[in-house]
Amino acid sequence: MPVSCFTGCCCTMKDIPAQLQHWSHILLSRTSFRHILRRASLMRIRANTLSAHIIVTNASLNHHTFARPGEVNTLQGMAIRHVLHQAEVHRMRPNFPRNLKLTKLVCGSSKEERAIGVWSTSTSYDTIVAIATPMGNQQGSIAIVRISGPLAVAVVAKYFNSSKKSTSQRQNRWKPKSHFVELGTIVDDAGLIVDEVLVVPMLAPRSYTKEDVIEIQCHGGDVCVRRILHLCLEGGARLAQPGEFTLRAFLNGRMDLSQAESVAQLITAKSIVAAEAALAALQGGLSSFVQAMRKDCLELLAEMDAHLDFEDDIPPLETADVIERINSLCFRVQDSLKTSNRGRLLQSGMQIAIVGRPNVGKSSLLNAWSQSHRAIVTDIAGTTRDIVEAEVVVGGIPVKLLDTAGIRETDNVVEQMGVQRSEAAALGADVVVMVISACDGWTTGDHHIFHKIFSVKNSECAAGVSVTNFTTPWVLVQNKIDQAAEALVPIPDDVKTHFSKFVPTCAIKGIGLHDLEAAVVELVGLGKACSDGRQWAVNQRQAEQLLRARDALERLKESIKQDLPIDFWTIDLREAVIALGQISGDDVSEEVLSNIFSRFCIGK
Amino acid sequence: MHHLLHNTLYSFFLFFSLDIDSSVQIDPLSLSLSLSLSLSLSHIRSYMAMLLQPRILFAHSRRLRFIPPCCFSPSRSPCAFPASLRAFCVWRDARNRSHHVFLDDNHRPTVIPFARRIGLRFQESGRNRRAKNLSGRRLVSTFATDGLHGERYDVIVVGGGHSGCEAALASARMGASTLLLTLNLDRIAWQPCNPAVGGPAKSQLVHEVDALGGEMGKITDRCYLQKRVLNRSKGPAVWALRAQTDKREYATEMKKVVESTKNLYIREAMVSEVLVGNNDNVEGVRSFFGVNFYAPSVVLTTGTFMNGRIWVGRASLSAGRAGESASQGLTENLRSLGFETGRLKTGTPARVDVRTVDFSKLERQPGDEEVKWFSFDPEAHISREQMCCYLTRTTPETHELIKQNLHETPTYGGWVEATGPRYCPSIEDKIVRFKDKESHQIFLEPEGRTVPELYVQGFSTGLPERLQLALLQTLPGLEKCAMLRPAYAVEYDYLLAHQCNRTLMTKKLEGLFFSGQINGTTGYEEAAAQGLLAGINAAKFSDAKDLVALERESSFVGTLVDDLVTKDIREPYRMLTSRSEHRLLLRSDNADSRLTPLGRTVGLIDDRRWKLFQEKQSRISSEKQRLRTTRISSSDAIAADVAQASEQSITDVVPLAILLKRPHVHYSLLDCHGLGNPELSLEEKECVEIDLKYEGFIIRQQNQLEQMIHRQHRPIPDDLDYYSIKTLSMEAREKLSKIRPINIGQATRVGGVNPADINALLIYLEVQRRQRKDRTIFEASMANPPEESDNMAEQQTIAFMK
Repeated sequence: MPVSCFTGCCCTMKDIPAQLQHWSHILLSRTSFRHILRRASLMRIRANTLSAHIIVTNASLNHHTFARPGEVNTLQGMAIRHVLHQAEVHRMRPNFPRNLKLTKLVCGSSKEERAIGVWSTSTSYDTIVAIATPMGNQQGSIAIVRISGPLAVAVVAKYFNSSKKSTSQRQNRWKPKSHFVELGTIVDDAGLIVDEVLVVPMLAPRSYTKEDVIEIQCHGGDVCVRRILHLCLEGGARLAQPGEFTLRAFLNGRMDLSQAESVAQLITAKSIVAAEAALAALQGGLSSFVQAMRKDCLELLAEMDAHLDFEDDIPPLETADVIERINSLCFRVQDSLKTSNRGRLLQSGMQIAIVGRPNVGKSSLLNAWSQSHRAIVTDIAGTTRDIVEAEVVVGGIPVKLLDTAGIRETDNVVEQMGVQRSEAAALGADVVVMVISACDGWTTGDHHIFHKIFSVKNSECAAGVSVTNFTTPWVLVQNKIDQAAEALVPIPDDVKTHFSKFVPTCAIKGIGLHDLEAAVVELVGLGKACSDGRQWAVNQRQAEQLLRARDALERLKESIKQDLPIDFWTIDLREAVIALGQISGDDVSEEVLSNIFSRFCIGK
Repeated sequence: MHHLLHNTLYSFFLFFSLDIDSSVQIDPLSLSLSLSLSLSLSHIRSYMAMLLQPRILFAHSRRLRFIPPCCFSPSRSPCAFPASLRAFCVWRDARNRSHHVFLDDNHRPTVIPFARRIGLRFQESGRNRRAKNLSGRRLVSTFATDGLHGERYDVIVVGGGHSGCEAALASARMGASTLLLTLNLDRIAWQPCNPAVGGPAKSQLVHEVDALGGEMGKITDRCYLQKRVLNRSKGPAVWALRAQTDKREYATEMKKVVESTKNLYIREAMVSEVLVGNNDNVEGVRSFFGVNFYAPSVVLTTGTFMNGRIWVGRASLSAGRAGESASQGLTENLRSLGFETGRLKTGTPARVDVRTVDFSKLERQPGDEEVKWFSFDPEAHISREQMCCYLTRTTPETHELIKQNLHETPTYGGWVEATGPRYCPSIEDKIVRFKDKESHQIFLEPEGRTVPELYVQGFSTGLPERLQLALLQTLPGLEKCAMLRPAYAVEYDYLLAHQCNRTLMTKKLEGLFFSGQINGTTGYEEAAAQGLLAGINAAKFSDAKDLVALERESSFVGTLVDDLVTKDIREPYRMLTSRSEHRLLLRSDNADSRLTPLGRTVGLIDDRRWKLFQEKQSRISSEKQRLRTTRISSSDAIAADVAQASEQSITDVVPLAILLKRPHVHYSLLDCHGLGNPELSLEEKECVEIDLKYEGFIIRQQNQLEQMIHRQHRPIPDDLDYYSIKTLSMEAREKLSKIRPINIGQATRVGGVNPADINALLIYLEVQRRQRKDRTIFEASMANPPEESDNMAEQQTIAFMK
């Protein structure tokens, strides 16, 4: 009878009986072992039919018990008690599992043995299986079933018939060679061939999850792959939860948290740049950058601390030098914060709303930008009633352009609803492009629109919707420059300050679109990060900690300016170290843990 | 017959201990109930017969130990047990405390909790003694059957240094009869090195010891020669009071206190063996001359004496310190009990004759005009006339002489391997390590009012004696000096302190405490702090009360002990301010508000001190309230002064508390304008000022602390098998298995454990927790309650007995 594997853990004495009853369990100390024995007797299992696999690790105990050191010793009946007795005599502490380790408790004769408990210690025991390639509409020519866990080899061996030595293969156990592809067939219980497959065994620990992993590459289409999956499930594996392979990789120490997060981002990346960013983080780009900052902070902290204790032995601290180092740190933190916006945009894409009075050329702009004829363009004011979307890629980011109805006071019910939608679109957008007509200049209508949307949007920002203090940038596009007398119309000063960029365009002739793209790229913080070759971008969790670090450094600068004693400098610097440590994973916090456990479904 | 009894007993034991373990709180009543339920009286009687076979009993139970019919005598205190009670068995609960089960006249079992057992002294029969021998244990001791074999105390303290004195005083003051054993009664509380107490971080220790009811601060306040506050410019958390003391007076005063304390007995003896009982517990100590002293708690404070060897140049001599013999045999004994020992080195500089020093060439270092105090008890403050220290510097000749003779020093010559302290380097170390520095400061400190000796601080050396005088004479002012004592290094055995819990009790032997330099520390203050903690816990242990452990973030004492038990210390450990992450909260001025309540709970703070403390705290809090509510406007006289001091003008009506927050505005300014509170003492004003002035920082640090506590106080089960966590690095597994940290915070601080390991550990624990939770839910859904099987057990047991 195959040994069933159970979830193992160190247990308190309290749960032992119940656990034994349900045959799940455990690594044991000697004391708890006794309880198991007792429990066994309650289960009407007679002591002399019990045998235990015990590893004795204490040299003196080996001598007295005649057990072989460090090996699994199968002991029966009174011999078990003898070992316990000797452990007692030799002052082995209870609850100290190193001296004596019970690995398996079995009852019955050797022919028909029943495991009462198997004690294993790795964190995951069951074997998981899943289809690794996409299912449904997108059919590929090859599909892959991935199976990971201690039973992976056993499960596959049940159904896999290698073509290497075709005869008598099924009698002998299949022994895969790690990282060698094998051709063969999958045969079900009835002996019918399911599919011809390639099997790629990757044995522990040289695999993605650090467990035995086998990939079965079968023909594409839903049918074959589903049948193979079904066989694996019958063979003793269970269906993997979403992300569970990565979770195991993480739990088994194959990757750290930020890398695990990056895997998810890589899989869901929508553009090449996004994928590159995730890959850069996966390779530890972010970690090493933050770790370097943390190291600098720590060095500075150590220096300050040293000055508190050993002033006489070391050269005095140069305040100017300290300030310079802090400034450089601030700058670097700020720098990485800038990528946070980019990180968000890379993952979710960007929305740009084009707003303005009727008939200033919003739809023409959309058409020109997306190089399509998505929107209907006429000379009649109020042609666009609903929101028209078009997708473009700007600076590697997927961008959704929203052409909106021209905003004006109107009695037309349909147009009124269109205007409301325009305002809503502007509020939800990442960048607002406001279009005015260069012929008309800044009109009262423009002024009205600007204030209406701007005030609402700003109050939202003030309420703390955005953690990164990131206010939506506004771009003012002066369209129809070909018809205007002067190149740039004068804008009232109070309005001017709220716009980040001014771009003159002529949508119909395609003039100025390049400048517009460049302006957008620069505003959302893409240009710089890309230019210095830094690929990664921080996510929201990381951004929060970076902000914390930045605030602490700012306070530190203030303390130095105020001439506070050196001891106070260390407090804020320490805060910065802690914050940075939480990003790089050097300082583990509860949030990080809960983050992990909310993301993945652990313990099921 | 024998087999039957054996089995019966075996199942009885299992049943018995199972019950105990599964109830979270141990209630003696319910225990006796379950006893009487499961066993009829005749069964208990048959167990008595079992006592004929004690060997079996011992073999099967660590938790339950049967003792033969024995008599006991209510010795001291209000133990009112009828004399006819018969001890039946001893069981050990989940916290490893033993409790006695008695049969009364009606043969009903009664459980006497350990806490109340203290007054009882068991007298075992000879048969039992033999049984122990047979069972393969070392026969280390017997319970005394008469007064001849040894004396009996509650606590024995071995060593009469700074640690030993604090330990003995604390324990005696808590009501435990305490024996202080020392090699030489005339050297109690001797200061063999620097005659000074306090300094950076160390002063916090002294304040904390005082706040807990220790003695060191009081004696220092009585015997000081000079006092200074160091680090004045670096922030209130690192202000450090340092006192030069009169070393003879200090020792005499401490000896007087020790001699006059109730419950405290002193005796000259060299302890060479620790007596160990059957349950990995300490029973007492044996002296070199073969006398046994018995006590349930023993505190070892051996200082530099265990196999001590002093070195001057290449010549060495077995000695604990100059002129005193080392202690022999104890290290070997401890090693045979399974303790890991190591060897450390420290040193002391030469002493010069004050009459041969030319003071005109030296820079004077007078004490502070306004003297601060270590003790929070105003009665201990005794003003003395201050003496002067002197400052000189090393010269190029000094450096040259050392460089030429480096091969003559033990470290660079290579004949002493023990590690010396990095933080207290010898002069040759300084010169080798800081090559760029042209000159090092050397302080000349008086050793007493009536002593002609000057201590040459910063000048300890391993050079041979013939070179030492020449070396001293290269210093300005000492050109014609005469040397009274040569500098020497001392090498000694210490115990790796990770073998102790945070209570300073060893993990191996119950009731054995290590404290002071034996744990690898250096410094009187560190020793005293540990001594106090060990003394408190030794007394508590002998009284079967819960032991006290100070959290790392609660105090410098806590930080010290946490470091000792967590880090693998391979060089003498000195307290430094930078060792505490939250020092702004652990200041000297608030040591009493942090620790005096604890001192009160353990019984070291008497009513008078407690009243003083409470009054002080209420004065401080009402003053803070007053400053927060009293407002001044820009037209007030003080406004101009504040504006001038802080270079910011006052525009509005502001409370005084806000004014205090400004840079360079101090409480004294309020006093000048009559806005201060004359009822407050200087210390109290300082407290108020710091609390208000740095409020923002204090709050921030408190937040940091809370976050850290939240994160780090996650407990680690003490039977966790680190070797089975495959995601830990091999080094981390080894280190963690060795140190067995109690929580994540401690695990973080273990050397060789990197953050990735901590991550892995946290995740492992969390996964375990979740799996357990899931299982519990699963099990709850199963319709097979465990109670049923327990009933079955009972029936089986009873059926067996029939």
